[in-house]
Amino acid sequence: MQINENGEFRPTIVAFCCNWCSYAGADLAGSSRASYPADVKIIRVPCSCRVNPMFILRAFERGADGVILCGCHPGDCHYSTGNYYARRRMTMLFGMLDYLGIEKERTRVEWVSAAEGAKFSATMNEFVSAVKELGPNRKLRDLRCKN
Amino acid sequence: MEVNELQKIGVFVCWCGSNIAGTVDVAKVAETLKNEPGVVFSTDYQYMCSEAGQLIIKNAIKDNGLTGIVVCSCSPRMHEATFRKTAEAAGLNPYMVEIANVREQCSWIHKDMEEGTEKAIILGRSAVAKLNLNTPLIAGENPVTKRALVIGGGIAGIQTALDIADAGFEVDIVEKKQTIGGKMAQLDKTFPTLDCAACILTPKMVDASANDKITLYTYSEVDNVSGFVGNFTVDIRKKARYINTDVCTGCGACTEKCPSRKTPNEFNMGLDTRSAIFIPFAQAIPNIPSIDKNACLHFKTGKCGICQKTCGVNAIDFEQEDEIVTREYGAIVAATGFNPIKVDKFDEFQYSQSPDVVTSLELERIMNAAGPTKGKLVRPSDHKHPTDMVFIQCVGSRGESCREKGYCSKICCMYTAKHAMLIRDKYPDVNVHVFYIDVRTPGKNFDEFYRRAVEEYGVDYIKGMVGKVSTRSNGRLLVQGSDLLANEQLLLETDMVVLATAIEPDESVKDLATMLTASIDTNNFLTEAHAKLRPVESPTAGVFLSGVCQGPKDIPETVAQAGAAASKVIGLLCKDKLIANPCVAKSEELLCSGCSVCANVCPYGAITYEEKEVNDHGVRETRRLAQVNSAVCQGCGACTVACPSGAMDLQGFSTRQIMAEVDAICK
Repeated sequence: MQINENGEFRPTIVAFCCNWCSYAGADLAGSSRASYPADVKIIRVPCSCRVNPMFILRAFERGADGVILCGCHPGDCHYSTGNYYARRRMTMLFGMLDYLGIEKERTRVEWVSAAEGAKFSATMNEFVSAVKELGPNRKLRDLRCKN
Repeated sequence: MEVNELQKIGVFVCWCGSNIAGTVDVAKVAETLKNEPGVVFSTDYQYMCSEAGQLIIKNAIKDNGLTGIVVCSCSPRMHEATFRKTAEAAGLNPYMVEIANVREQCSWIHKDMEEGTEKAIILGRSAVAKLNLNTPLIAGENPVTKRALVIGGGIAGIQTALDIADAGFEVDIVEKKQTIGGKMAQLDKTFPTLDCAACILTPKMVDASANDKITLYTYSEVDNVSGFVGNFTVDIRKKARYINTDVCTGCGACTEKCPSRKTPNEFNMGLDTRSAIFIPFAQAIPNIPSIDKNACLHFKTGKCGICQKTCGVNAIDFEQEDEIVTREYGAIVAATGFNPIKVDKFDEFQYSQSPDVVTSLELERIMNAAGPTKGKLVRPSDHKHPTDMVFIQCVGSRGESCREKGYCSKICCMYTAKHAMLIRDKYPDVNVHVFYIDVRTPGKNFDEFYRRAVEEYGVDYIKGMVGKVSTRSNGRLLVQGSDLLANEQLLLETDMVVLATAIEPDESVKDLATMLTASIDTNNFLTEAHAKLRPVESPTAGVFLSGVCQGPKDIPETVAQAGAAASKVIGLLCKDKLIANPCVAKSEELLCSGCSVCANVCPYGAITYEEKEVNDHGVRETRRLAQVNSAVCQGCGACTVACPSGAMDLQGFSTRQIMAEVDAICK
């Protein structure tokens, strides 16, 4: 989280993108100049199933305001079934996070193919504005980690 | 942050002309990243990927004794390989390179210089944080068995095998039927050229059998597959024919003398009968009979044995048993083909009630000169010449109910046009009506072919569906359908109804997919590695797809795909060694509890268990431990998350590395 000089809330958004579909989709968004807020920072993973729920917890602990996981469309996973595992794991995790007070709008799983640059950008725009509306994540932040 | 004290990192910020430098203050990025832990060198340059840029990197590595580099540039999908080579040329391990994607993810989508610069710094910081935890990775090598296995001996399998053999590699074909040839051997003529299927197929069957690089295992099935790309071990079950194939001459005397002659002839779609000892058709390869145990009087009653007495070379062996042969292969091609669906669930068309309602494949046999009627078009019920015929398209295709397939079977429009044309050509007195939903003719000379059927041969195409077929008291059939274009209900009296039945993958494909760890889709078609860019490879390395097992296709497409699959196989077998991707899973033995959760989620079967002795803080004991076969592992990371004890990690994308990236971004 960051508040700029105009008092505007600039969220920190972590986006995990699978190498084969969504990372390529993000590249396409870039080469098509389909802009989205600079608040989004992408971490490249081989497959959405590589994303450990611990990574997402860690992000929120360290001050992320929203975390989004992007993978190949169901049935299109480069590794056949990885995105199904990701979908199940995240359904469990997001439900639990919501219970803990990390609102459902701060977490999302989205399928973005390598051909969907426009969708990637639209998704990020939408996600960022949803998180902005909620305001900073104060619930899980470990304040001891902050200087 | 935990930092490896020994890491000496160089940061190289690329301008990409103005692509990056236009919205990112590259000098500031380089300057700021200098302060990151581990960074000992930092610079920026106009084009890092150029020769001059790469020289800057190489020199910096040598001059500063760098242990790893971060390049802030375009997407790693673009130039990661380039910079890995650069690093390798300067003596670094190629996996000690990380790319911060500051072009596609930053400069190209953000317009504000301050915002862009700030984000580029964070992306660079994240890459540095990851690189601090990188370890040099060494790609393993595996030898390649220079022999291929083709499963299925139809036109797809034959063509694949011929093409592989042409390149000089040994190839085995496993065919579950008594002969190779597949469905194409049953066809009469082929669209759109109307050349006879046997005339173009049987020479290829002979070529395959005569080729000294090709070994045929007919009447055989794959029992088990183990191993991985380049090193498969396959058990092939040679089913008992009760014939000593080494001595049989294929004279056919036994088949003529056999007294059990009432078994429906599968090759002729059950339209006539065959003997218990039989050769499927005259051009069968190998031309050797086999005994149908369920029909043979010797097996049923213990008597008979006429074939044994007839055989001049003493080839009949009632004691023969299935034999398992084990062979090693470098590559496997699935070419298991298709079957028409069973239409007994389509009661409205009277298929089970009336012999005059036939499927298209049955009509192929009726029209075939070597078929049960010697090519004469007759009504199966009374062998009279028909005067009217109705074809119904899309039977079981493009439907939503559970008895139907959701997909288009692709070949039906064309073969129906072919049947209609052939009938009108040979018997101009026969009226031919075709009920269709759409006519789909995408293919070279296909639409011209269909139009010829309508315009030159006067085939009556009716856009609409058939609701019901019933039998009249005069023995003819009554077809009730609708003509959508005229908006009227039709009642047509006809002699025969032909159902263009949907095709589905052969049912053996399900077990095969499990054995090969290849995936199948909801319709049981084998899935390709990439729908557009890798259409003949399965997602499992070393397994390739040929023909209809991957999706409905006609003969030209099947042959093209067979050639493509063969070229992929040849490309693989040409290599002496395979370089493995080193970014694979690795198990920490002291943490592993041997629970099998990782093996259960692995889509490749890359994880096995071994009893191994470990030294756990001075305690020596034997434990059941997960072992990753790095040649099979594709590095998805599913196991790393599934592992409850945190023993599994993915090299190159380790838990600590990703955590470090998260921390760097959320700082």
